[in-house]
Amino acid sequence: MHIKVGIVVFPGSNCDRDVYHVFKNILKVDTELIWHKRDDLRGFDAIILPGGFAYADRLRAGVIAAHSPVMQEVKRLAKDGLPILGICNGFQVLVESELLPGAFMRNDTLRFICRWVSLRVNVDSKRSPFTRLLSNDQILNIPIANQEGKYYVDDDTLNLMHKNRQIVLTYTNNPNGSLQSIACICNEQGNVMGIMPHPERASDPMLNPLNYGNDGLLIFKSLLAYLGCDHHA
Amino acid sequence: MLSNEELEYLKHKLGREPNSLELSMVEAEWSEHCSYKSSKPYLKAFNTQGKYVLIGPGYDAGVLAIDDMLITVHIESHNHPSAVEPYGGAATGVGGVIRDILSMGSRPIALLNGLRFGDIEKDSSARWLFKHVVRGIADYGNCIGVPTVAGEVEFDNSFDNYCLVDVACIGLIDKDKLVLMQADAKDLIIIAGNSTGKDGIHGASFASKVLDDADSNRSAVQIPDPFMGKLLIDATMECVNARCVKAIKDLGGGGLACCLSELADKLGKGMSIDLANLHLREHMSVEEIMISESQERMLYIVEPSRLSTFKEIMDKYEIPYSILGYVTDDGYLDIKYDGRKIAKIKASIVANAPIAKRKARKPKYLEEIPVREPDGYNEGNIAEYLLSLLSDPSIASKEWVYRQYDHEVGLRTVIKPGYHDAAVIRLSDNKFLAVKLDGNSKHCYLDPYNGAMGCFAEACRNVIAVGAEPIAMVDHLQFGSPEDEHVFYTFVESVKGLADYGRYMQIPCVGGKVSFYNETKYGAIKPTPVVCILGLIDSYSKIVKDRAKDGDMLVIVGLTKDEMGGSEYYEYIHKIQSSNVPRVDLEYDKAVMHAMLELIDGRVVRAIHDCSKGGFGVALAEMCINSSIGAYVNLDRIPNTCSRLDNLIFSESHSRFLIAVSKDNLSRVEYTLSKYSKGNNGIHYSVIGYFNSSDSIVLEHGSSTIGLSLDKAIDAYSSNIPRLMDHA
Repeated sequence: MHIKVGIVVFPGSNCDRDVYHVFKNILKVDTELIWHKRDDLRGFDAIILPGGFAYADRLRAGVIAAHSPVMQEVKRLAKDGLPILGICNGFQVLVESELLPGAFMRNDTLRFICRWVSLRVNVDSKRSPFTRLLSNDQILNIPIANQEGKYYVDDDTLNLMHKNRQIVLTYTNNPNGSLQSIACICNEQGNVMGIMPHPERASDPMLNPLNYGNDGLLIFKSLLAYLGCDHHA
Repeated sequence: MLSNEELEYLKHKLGREPNSLELSMVEAEWSEHCSYKSSKPYLKAFNTQGKYVLIGPGYDAGVLAIDDMLITVHIESHNHPSAVEPYGGAATGVGGVIRDILSMGSRPIALLNGLRFGDIEKDSSARWLFKHVVRGIADYGNCIGVPTVAGEVEFDNSFDNYCLVDVACIGLIDKDKLVLMQADAKDLIIIAGNSTGKDGIHGASFASKVLDDADSNRSAVQIPDPFMGKLLIDATMECVNARCVKAIKDLGGGGLACCLSELADKLGKGMSIDLANLHLREHMSVEEIMISESQERMLYIVEPSRLSTFKEIMDKYEIPYSILGYVTDDGYLDIKYDGRKIAKIKASIVANAPIAKRKARKPKYLEEIPVREPDGYNEGNIAEYLLSLLSDPSIASKEWVYRQYDHEVGLRTVIKPGYHDAAVIRLSDNKFLAVKLDGNSKHCYLDPYNGAMGCFAEACRNVIAVGAEPIAMVDHLQFGSPEDEHVFYTFVESVKGLADYGRYMQIPCVGGKVSFYNETKYGAIKPTPVVCILGLIDSYSKIVKDRAKDGDMLVIVGLTKDEMGGSEYYEYIHKIQSSNVPRVDLEYDKAVMHAMLELIDGRVVRAIHDCSKGGFGVALAEMCINSSIGAYVNLDRIPNTCSRLDNLIFSESHSRFLIAVSKDNLSRVEYTLSKYSKGNNGIHYSVIGYFNSSDSIVLEHGSSTIGLSLDKAIDAYSSNIPRLMDHA
């Protein structure tokens, strides 16, 4: 089955080409970069909002990008159930677009943090198109690189998120003060997921530090498995 | 300000008095910072030729050809601005070097930095500078999506109330897309990026004099805008791919005045421009417009027929631009304001300052500092000295720094900071670049010639330690005032040291910078040449990225000598200066390099670490710390000519490596090394011990034993800088 993945590029996105590399060159999937002014995304089977500093995080990370023309279309597609993944800054955009609950604050250290971290999977494989190849309690090693990575959400919503199994990944050793060590969440339907670590940076065997595997690739391969390209799995 | 001689020279060249605008332009371009008027004659000593060199010094970046890729490299400093306003100064330093890489049409793919500060253990202002410089680099580099992959930090009293901020950038471009300086008459001259404002007025002149009063100079510091920097990267790459620009140049020191005159001179063309066309942030005089150093501005030369493509790209990124004028054939900068003629001067006059003849005289201190030995040293304290050295900020882990840098964006960083002696970035699936920046102000102060040569050798060892062959260098030469004959002597000697090493080892210099006037009211900094080395690895399997394992044998290569001058052991532990700085024996160093490259080729070593600051003792401890492993060593087996045990452990003699090798491969390693150990100047090597799963480092000497707990070593090494900085 032919599938096509779209990667949204905002002014200041800087991981767009990295995610493109993983889909195009490692997973051999038809992939296209989408400039943020485009408002028609017909023909895509999944949309990725990559990391970076859209609008240099001015005002608040992700808030200006959330008002880009492309986001109206992304919101519509989200409602239709299209798989949508926001990575790092893309997660922040999803939160600011109210496609995912919560908010981000400065890390507890008040500094940017770039490091590999361990994550625990808290959902079963059916929870989201991006978790098809993951299993509950599995440990993944994927790097983070963020300054406003501390996740926060109010108690009522948090309870609801627990009830709905929306907390997908948690840090095993909370690096930035995120509430309940939350690193990755999905919406109630499961088709929209936001992840603070960078799975594209743990997808190319040449780049993994010693003793680490391609854990990030499992998230992208999950999508392909969900879309019916099982030969990638 | 021009000197009287320079003013006379200018009048003679012009055949008339310059008007005030012309004078401002010439002053900016003839500043030391832009013109290299003191250093130029000496820089000719560098070897600039090599197998991979496509373009050597003289352009915005050096260019190396590897397969069908071109690698660009450049280094810049931003010392004066960073000392006054560390956050903005360091950030704009990153922005500036990125734009030099863009000027060749190449995409920046990696950043390195070399930082120097005063004593952060004692001085809160040094901590303040350190904290904000790192944050400035992090905020700018992280935002634009160029990974900061390697660097070094040194602390020394001579940088009190000051700092050195060197930033190097590596770029990459397909062979057929390099943008070379080309232009024809009637081509358009376009400035794109930020609007021009009053920030950074006289920045180049500011950097060309002694820093006297930090506070009053703050207006000479530019304001960083990484968002525009990132848009300029993306837009420039699109212009290059669309082939709609014929030449690119960044606006840096000296602003428009230097950019226009240098470009016109290089092209052998003239330019007719109207300053009223330029987009401004505020009302400014024509002099201010010409010399403003507002950041994130680029100049593009565009053929009229390609203008619509160029405009489309700039409009897509919403980057403001102004068509300033057009290229002419007459060699003149013909400058108008709203049609009114305000200056007309030959570009070649502005761009070529008269050489300033400087006197060089050996400073007295170089005669006066003797060879000394520390008093009150006790063999029983060696473990304690070693622990102390591991916490010495110049040696201790710099994790506090590199955790703040996004070192992975771009998916090229194979060896990341903190693991090995150099970073390795992927160019293609079978070509990798090892990069490292090194300097050693303590060695260079006590012996400028041998110290500078040692920096070059040390940087080479660092890239060899990850499996690379050194193929090119760029340098940054930082000194006090060139008008001081003693300072100038140290400059001349340092250049000789670097040039001699480069020629002997056949490692070309493909670019560099000179920064003088690094002085405060307390005096000149120690001479600080820094060297950035590029090493090539032609196969993924050759990258030495493993760590020492339980049961691996430890081999030392090289000879340890009584060369204690400028060592961290003398300076940090005993607070003494001694003149016997380590010297590079060129022939010996080359033999060691070849032996190491042969071992790497044979893929027979597990891990390599070079011996540098803190000597053998620190190098061994670092290997153990990085691998979380213990070790046993018989010190008596280390090849040496040392008169004392502490010298043996802490001497910073050059041309030495530690190698971890599996028992299975030991005989092959010994066989290779033995080939290089023959003859009068054969290299030394010895199997001195092994790594084990114990939790301590044990050094045996005769019948006595020095022991160090691994936990204590890890704590000393990793906790000092965070402890100092967390509350800075």
